[in-house]
Amino acid sequence: MVRSRHMPKHFAPVLAATLALLFISVAASLMFGARSLTPQEVLDGLMMRDPGSYEASVLQKRVIRTLFGLICGAALGTAGVLLQAVTRNPLADPSILGINMGAALFVVCGIAFFQISSAHQFIWLALAGALLTAVFVFGIGSAGRGGATPLKLVLAGAATSAALTSLVTAVMIPRAFVMNHFRYWQVGSVGAGTWESLLLLLPFFLAGLAAAVMTAPALNAMAFGDEAASGLGVKTGTMRMAAAFAGVILCGATTAVAGPIAFVGLLATHVIRMILGADNRFLIPMSALAGAVILTASDVIGRLIARPGELEVGIVTAFVGAPLLIILAMKAKVRSL
Amino acid sequence: MNAYAIEIVRHGRIRRRRRWAAVTAALILLTLALCSAMLMLGNTIYPVRDVIAVLMGEEVKGAEFAVKTVRLPRMLAGLFAGFSFGAAGYVFQTMLRNPLANPNVIGITSGSSAAAVFCIIVLSSGRSATFAASVVAGLMTALLLYALARGRSFSIGRMVLVGIGIQAMSNSFISYLMLIGGEHQIPAAVRWLTGSLNGVKLADMPVLVFACLILTPVMAMLSRALSTLELGEQAAASLGVPTDRVRVTLVVSAVVLSAIATAITGPIASVAFLSGPIASRLAGIGRSNLIPAGLVGASLVLAADLTGQFAFSAKFPAGIVTALIGAPYLLYLLVRMNRRGEF
Repeated sequence: MVRSRHMPKHFAPVLAATLALLFISVAASLMFGARSLTPQEVLDGLMMRDPGSYEASVLQKRVIRTLFGLICGAALGTAGVLLQAVTRNPLADPSILGINMGAALFVVCGIAFFQISSAHQFIWLALAGALLTAVFVFGIGSAGRGGATPLKLVLAGAATSAALTSLVTAVMIPRAFVMNHFRYWQVGSVGAGTWESLLLLLPFFLAGLAAAVMTAPALNAMAFGDEAASGLGVKTGTMRMAAAFAGVILCGATTAVAGPIAFVGLLATHVIRMILGADNRFLIPMSALAGAVILTASDVIGRLIARPGELEVGIVTAFVGAPLLIILAMKAKVRSL
Repeated sequence: MNAYAIEIVRHGRIRRRRRWAAVTAALILLTLALCSAMLMLGNTIYPVRDVIAVLMGEEVKGAEFAVKTVRLPRMLAGLFAGFSFGAAGYVFQTMLRNPLANPNVIGITSGSSAAAVFCIIVLSSGRSATFAASVVAGLMTALLLYALARGRSFSIGRMVLVGIGIQAMSNSFISYLMLIGGEHQIPAAVRWLTGSLNGVKLADMPVLVFACLILTPVMAMLSRALSTLELGEQAAASLGVPTDRVRVTLVVSAVVLSAIATAITGPIASVAFLSGPIASRLAGIGRSNLIPAGLVGASLVLAADLTGQFAFSAKFPAGIVTALIGAPYLLYLLVRMNRRGEF
């Protein structure tokens, strides 16, 4: 068999495996929870055989939640690739760089001080917060000699993230009772997803994904350095801005509806890159898929290990994703840090 | 000429010693003032006379409960935990010659905190078991951190990154424990993730006080060797310092101290990280600033708790206040280190 010149080596099997995992995690997400359903009950519910039954209403909630998780995961996976490509930093991730927390702080302040309560307003606040934080962290991380090295960026992100987290807590403490059901702005959760928030997220997700796919070839060229890319006719400045903007929109909008969810972008991007290589044209859609799998699976885990309660998905992804950060830090050469 | 140079050196040394002594004395006074403020202030403000009377064991109507049961444990916890965090942070920062390297930033205290929460919530074990687990977890985290960060060559940057990872894992483990323990409210979460003096009991204090009284002299005795270590590994070795033994003793003492404090108050954010640099700025460099750093730590925690209790309409735990002070300083430090190209 002749392999296509542009296709990465294992593309077809990896795609099949990812889709299979996606199917499994979606099925698990529909089945498991405080009240687990059998596959038969899930099928009955999906076919609308008995719309009034208890199982059907449970299933309806889980369908929303699963779709919500899939989109959030895909958005975070795409944002991870974009931020890593733009900053040329293997450790970049919306949560490590503090961007998610910036979005969360703006939303929490909006609720607390300006009595904002509609999701439409949250999303703009979150985008503003994400954008400001991204600019801020990048500014601090790239100060001084050598520009933005991975270590400098990550430290700036971690410090900013710590500052923002304590600000969020400080805003929430006096309003603990009001904010109790908004706790997901501190840890991240897809359990609060509704059709409205799903519809709200969708345009931002699609726009971000489209921008990501369109800038992918340019990002590939820019991986060889800006001069080489300019020589190939790429408008490096515009493309970098577009990709960064798309990444920030994706993670900002996700945070607005689901709270700050950590490490999904890092995890998805690295797993896919390890198998398929660094071609952004494949990395972007595949990381989106992988992000969706990771988030949905983490959500199921969070529901299973803390029954009858549930663990917010942000806590699960932090526990699963942090070891990858440690491994990456161990593998990195000191000079490149 | 030579005599003149000697004179200058001696003069400088005397001046530095005077400055150190003056700053230490001032810090002791400040800490004492904050301690008495902790005892006097509250819903009802009691005059010094009443507070002293209560502490001497006399019965003062009304004041006894507030001062002895509520304010005294809080004050003692702030004093000794703050001192422990400050001193431990100073030891780490001096030994690794980097202000970022302290038990707080590299995740050692969050490891201790996770162990303490595990003991309290899951095993519902007693006080001594909790302390022991917290200390063991702190030491294990330090060991793990060293093993993971060593890589092909040791670097502080690598260690901080690994520490961020360890911290993320411990914090999510703590959140999980609190959820299955049914204590998933914001106050409890804040205590074990950020640190707070709320709900400290007097019975917890003896262990921490003893640990401070035993380990501080040990660390102080070794801090002469520590200041030689500051010159670098080889210089210290050639000056006759048994570098490995000093290093291990110091790390173990510092970790034990901050682990015990963490088991009581939670990892009060940023104190370990702020105290050393503040103490060095005030007392000057050239002498061991272990004691000043501890005093700065104690003052920071006490002042943060007072601020959190009285400065706003809502009550904030000490850890949130210190975190809000510490984070901008961390950012400032990063910018400065970047400018100088220290990475």
